[in-house]
Amino acid sequence: MIKLNLEILRRKSPEDTPHWESYEFSSQDENINLAAALTELNRTLAEPVRWECSCLQKKCGACAMIIENRPRLACDTPLKEFRDKIRIEPLRKFPVIADLIVDRSILFENLKTMQVWFAEEAKTNGSQTAYEASRCLQCGCCLEICPNFFAGGEFAGMAAMVPTTRLLTALPDQQKKELFRAYRKHIYEGCGKSLACREVCPAGIEIDQLLVRSNAVAVWKRKIKHDK
Amino acid sequence: MQKVIIIGAGLAGLSASVTLAEHGVPCALISLQNSERAQSVLAEGGINAALNTMGENDTVQNHYQDTVKGGVYLADPNAVQNLTYHAPEIVRWLEQLGVPFNMTESDIMLRNFGGQKKKRTAYARSSTGKIIMTALIDEVRKYEVSGLVQRFPHHRFIRLRIADQVCQGVSIQDDYTGEILDFSGTVLLCSGGMNGIFPGMTTGTTQNSGDVTATVFRQGVKLGNLEMLQYHPTTIGISGKRCLVTEAARGEGGRLYIMRNGQKWHFMEEKYPELKNLMPRDVVAREMYFVRRELGGEVFLDMTGLPEITWQKKLSDLRQEIMHYLSSDPRTNPIPVREGIHYFMGGIDTDEFHRTNLENLYAAGECTCQYHGANRLGGNSMLGALYGGRKAAESILQNPAEIRESKTNSEQEKFIPASPVLIQEISQILLSGLGIVRNQKTLETALEKLKQLSCQRTYHFYEQNRLLLAEAMLASALERRESRGAHYREDYPEKNEDFRKTTIAEYAEQIRISFREIPEKRADA
Ligand SMILES: Cc1cc2nc3c(=O)[nH]c(=O)nc-3n(C[C@H](O)[C@H](O)[C@H](O)COP(=O)(O)OP(=O)(O)OC[C@H]3O[C@@H](n4cnc5c(N)ncnc54)[C@H](O)[C@@H]3O)c2cc1C
Ligand code: SF4
Ligand code: SF4
Ligand code: FES
Repeated sequence: MIKLNLEILRRKSPEDTPHWESYEFSSQDENINLAAALTELNRTLAEPVRWECSCLQKKCGACAMIIENRPRLACDTPLKEFRDKIRIEPLRKFPVIADLIVDRSILFENLKTMQVWFAEEAKTNGSQTAYEASRCLQCGCCLEICPNFFAGGEFAGMAAMVPTTRLLTALPDQQKKELFRAYRKHIYEGCGKSLACREVCPAGIEIDQLLVRSNAVAVWKRKIKHDK
Repeated sequence: MQKVIIIGAGLAGLSASVTLAEHGVPCALISLQNSERAQSVLAEGGINAALNTMGENDTVQNHYQDTVKGGVYLADPNAVQNLTYHAPEIVRWLEQLGVPFNMTESDIMLRNFGGQKKKRTAYARSSTGKIIMTALIDEVRKYEVSGLVQRFPHHRFIRLRIADQVCQGVSIQDDYTGEILDFSGTVLLCSGGMNGIFPGMTTGTTQNSGDVTATVFRQGVKLGNLEMLQYHPTTIGISGKRCLVTEAARGEGGRLYIMRNGQKWHFMEEKYPELKNLMPRDVVAREMYFVRRELGGEVFLDMTGLPEITWQKKLSDLRQEIMHYLSSDPRTNPIPVREGIHYFMGGIDTDEFHRTNLENLYAAGECTCQYHGANRLGGNSMLGALYGGRKAAESILQNPAEIRESKTNSEQEKFIPASPVLIQEISQILLSGLGIVRNQKTLETALEKLKQLSCQRTYHFYEQNRLLLAEAMLASALERRESRGAHYREDYPEKNEDFRKTTIAEYAEQIRISFREIPEKRADA
């Protein structure tokens, strides 16, 4: 039996002053995760907690939030990890819309600024690096933890590095100059390589390895090797 | 040409937007959340195309045959012919967008999938949907920057705007601000399956609430084959949902068994010596149901015989997932599995050009009842969504409609979600009637309960729509007095040629169920 308090930082709108609310929660399901708990809690509330979810199996990044001071996915957070209480807040680096919902559009804007797409046909030929780089959820956890990232700054963080790496495995010549320039400016020059991001990435993406490979290509003009 | 309005940014919506953009036609791409969160990212096992790269003499004709046979001859043969003919082209296109499919020494590798005798399923380990979506999202981004695709994430479909029996556009709501926006133009619905009708019981996403289908039904759009729910044979219960164990597990050699007299009984292998564990999903799910009913206990999926290289190169993600959720290593332990609702073969009724019965309204992807008939083959739905989105866009390009800026009826009412209590009540009633095995009595009882529920309280517009959709689902299942594909009636266990027709549900004051002939296959198709 699970029994604890869900402490949630709530606000109705972006203008509203945030305040903590505490809800007693219990469940017979020992394996219940925070996403299922929020769904159950909401059934009992006149003003349900607003939050985003979709897949409920850590594959879409929708439910990222701060859980006990760490960016995590609610659907990948079993309640049995906690005793007595669990503190839940919206991600702090993005504008809050209401309760636990934040506007993460900066992630997508950064990818547009960096022109993350193939300008012409490009085959990645089963590249393992391209596969790994295609797995990013755009959840924003890596940006949340990163000391160097803030919305509106030049540094786009690992949420931009990872998708860019897919391009680097098969980049057409005509795109090289522009993308390498963007890579240096928005990724390479901003990153202090502490790899706090690697620890929190809920998809377990091998950020460190991708970063080494991408730097080699975009900054040092080498080729990605041993990629099958 | 006027801007096209696309509701939904999964595989179908993205594919349509790229096709329009390639022809220089702008679109508004509207979705509840960003594409990264659409159900399409969950697809695991792969996408079908007769690429014939494995030396098995596979042909487009084989793919066509397997698809219509798998769907037990309810699918439109001309539409399926187009789908299967263009499948290799679609997969090659994805390859050129940089999708890192698993490869043989020289070409795209194909794996076995249910209901197909040849290797025909292209894949990227066991995260094929995610990997394809990433490439497609990047491609769409190019057109976002050039201005041809205008995205509206966090926007919700409210209702169609209809005048003179022509679709004039849509009303949508910004879920962040609550603001209502009206759009005029041709509308393409790509809003996915109806998971939200069965909360917690499906393998899909909570985002596809079923509200779009329910609302357009209320507004007069016809729905087809609503009784055809696909139960996937191998799912596991996790917190809040059913989690899929991909069919690739069996494609790569996984075996199903149940304990009988202390021995493992590989019932699928004994009963179906040709396709064994890879019979179409409806057959496997039903057999599992029957052996469990007979013997009690659980059915197990045994993957302990798979070679290490398969785990590493092909099913690494699956193994991690099972270890995560069951704390058990499938390399050494068989896992207990049950059937779970996985796909909606039924939905918005369209012709092979993806037109609905309402002029100027089109639909593609899982929200439609196109391509899969009474049972969808694994690997055919990503194909159906990608090809369907493209085909719908081409139809729109061929029939440009200029919609005058019609004045809104200005019912600026906001969306109100159905109460969770009502959603649960409806879902329980539906499950009691629409299980793997059905009969007249349980269906009639379910319909009766639903009618009582409808009279019990007063409901708002969106709740009423759900009640109507639920009634249409049960009524469709009741009227189909035969067994075919996913629809199994204990009281009519045989297939009946008289019912080789599409079940059509329509609403005008009340619900009417009828049956429509399947089109003849054209010689030129
Ligand atoms: C676990 C799992 C595994 C699968 N594996 C495979 C596989 O291996 N091979 C295969 O072929 N198929 C597979 N499928 C099926 C396949 O993934 C789907 O059928 C397909 O991706 C559907 O694509 P779609 O574009 O039609 O819909 P979706 O991807 O579901 O997109 C629907 C879109 O509509 C939007 N939307 C919904 N409601 C609203 C609303 N009210 N207002 C505004 N927007 C709305 C959503 O935001 C979303 O953008 C799998 C499915 C699941 C769940
Ligand atoms: S390595 Fe450090 S600085 Fe670089 S992105 Fe990760 S957290 Fe930020
Ligand atoms: S790299 Fe990891 S943490 Fe960062 S956005 Fe992608 S999935 Fe999330
Ligand atoms: S709901 Fe998709 S990651 Fe949690």
